[in-house]
Amino acid sequence: MSDWLLSRRVLPWLVTLATFLLWEGLVHAFSIQSFILPPPSLVASTLAAQWEPIFEHSLQTLMTTLVGLALAVGFGVGLGLAVGASERVYSGLYPLLVAFNSIPKVALVPILVIWFGIGTVPAILTAFLISFFPIVVNIATGLATVEPELNDLMRSLGANRLTVLQKVGLPRTLPYFFAALKVAVTLAFVGSVISETVAANAGVGYMMMVAGSRFEVPLVFAGLVVVGAMGIVLYQIFEWLERRLTFWAARG
Amino acid sequence: MNEGFIELDQATLCYARSETPAVVDISLSVPSGGCVALVGPSGCGKSSVLRLIAGLETVTGGEVRVGGVEAGSARGSVGVAFQKSTMLDWRTVLDNVLLPLEVVAGRAGFRVHRREYRERALALLERLGLGEYAHRYPWEMSGGMQQRASLCRALIHEPDLLLLDEPFAALDAFTREDLWGLVQSIWRERRPTTVLVTHDLREAVYLADTVYVFSKGPGRIVHREDIDLPRPRTVEGTFDPAFVEYVQRLRGHIVQVREADTDKAAVDKESAHV
Repeated sequence: MSDWLLSRRVLPWLVTLATFLLWEGLVHAFSIQSFILPPPSLVASTLAAQWEPIFEHSLQTLMTTLVGLALAVGFGVGLGLAVGASERVYSGLYPLLVAFNSIPKVALVPILVIWFGIGTVPAILTAFLISFFPIVVNIATGLATVEPELNDLMRSLGANRLTVLQKVGLPRTLPYFFAALKVAVTLAFVGSVISETVAANAGVGYMMMVAGSRFEVPLVFAGLVVVGAMGIVLYQIFEWLERRLTFWAARG
Repeated sequence: MNEGFIELDQATLCYARSETPAVVDISLSVPSGGCVALVGPSGCGKSSVLRLIAGLETVTGGEVRVGGVEAGSARGSVGVAFQKSTMLDWRTVLDNVLLPLEVVAGRAGFRVHRREYRERALALLERLGLGEYAHRYPWEMSGGMQQRASLCRALIHEPDLLLLDEPFAALDAFTREDLWGLVQSIWRERRPTTVLVTHDLREAVYLADTVYVFSKGPGRIVHREDIDLPRPRTVEGTFDPAFVEYVQRLRGHIVQVREADTDKAAVDKESAHV
């Protein structure tokens, strides 16, 4: 077996499996009760037994997260371009942006609930609010670090700003965008699940909250596993896209 | 007297954030189809003069005219190459070379002439020895090849004005001499008015009709040397006594400039002590 195959295809599964085995072993070795820490085998059987409600809640969370992420991408790219292209927008907005990003987003959920009521909208907005910042920063960085020679070259040819953006700025920023997207997608899950935990009537977060209050701890863990799995899948999809679209940034 | 294609009349440039001007009272004239070289120690403002001619900077005082109009007002017919090849890594070499045509012809114009442009680009790449690299990516090539591609990009739209800012500085001596020959032969064919910034005096004498020597802080022209050597010039010719004499003479002027600079720095230091 080649080294590449080992590290790329086999190792991730091996390490994950080993972690679960260790977990299982520890629970049995110390006879930990399942309402404190359920063994992975029990989490798995809970997943299998209650797959229907879990699936529905997961779908809700996935939808919420993706809508929030889509908003974050639209808003983040737009604002990132403005911040990266203009020194003035940068100096004007940066303090506000940094301050906003320092606010724990969970603290905003009650406000969002007052504004929009309990349900999907606060979860979407929390996912959006928590995930747009890295996109803004990375797009702005990508745009602001374009080699000055490239700008000179385009300007000497008589290109206007839009053409420069189209031919140089955007393609060059693409690797930065994907780097941000991979951070943002995991953050978006954090946002939607947190919001669902605080105030919702559907979604994995809501399901875990209800299960927790009934001491159905294996179901809580099943929720965590599902969120983690969805995170991995989305991350992989974006990584695949990244490899296809920005292969040139890795230089062979 | 006939007006040259490039006319600088007492051009002065002050960058916004600097107290001392980058260049002062630069007056020079380049006839249409001519080739001049600007030489001098680093930081003497020779690149600033190039930026003025390209229309990337606007003069603080004096005047810069290119083709009878104010520099920068008639763009699109300028080819530039820098010390860094500044290839777009996401485009193939061919698409990199086509970039100026995309910009100058516009989206619609480019589409109409696509086939013709591609053929033109392929022929030029072939000429500069990059034929088999047309569909590869820039980062798959060596620095010397990237620089060739950069030259192709500067020449593809057959500009009237060719601006070269130390394009060979980062290359090994043999590649550099190859490229001198290539640039000379293309220049003799198409005769773009050419300005070359360099710190390599052999390069300046090889390529230019006239060499201007710059002093430092602020940049001024201290010497003008007309190079009266037959063309085409060859690498072997750079060892002829006449060629060597030009190089030595220019070198003498640069040494003077550098000494003056060191003296000035010493005086400044002394007065700072007092």
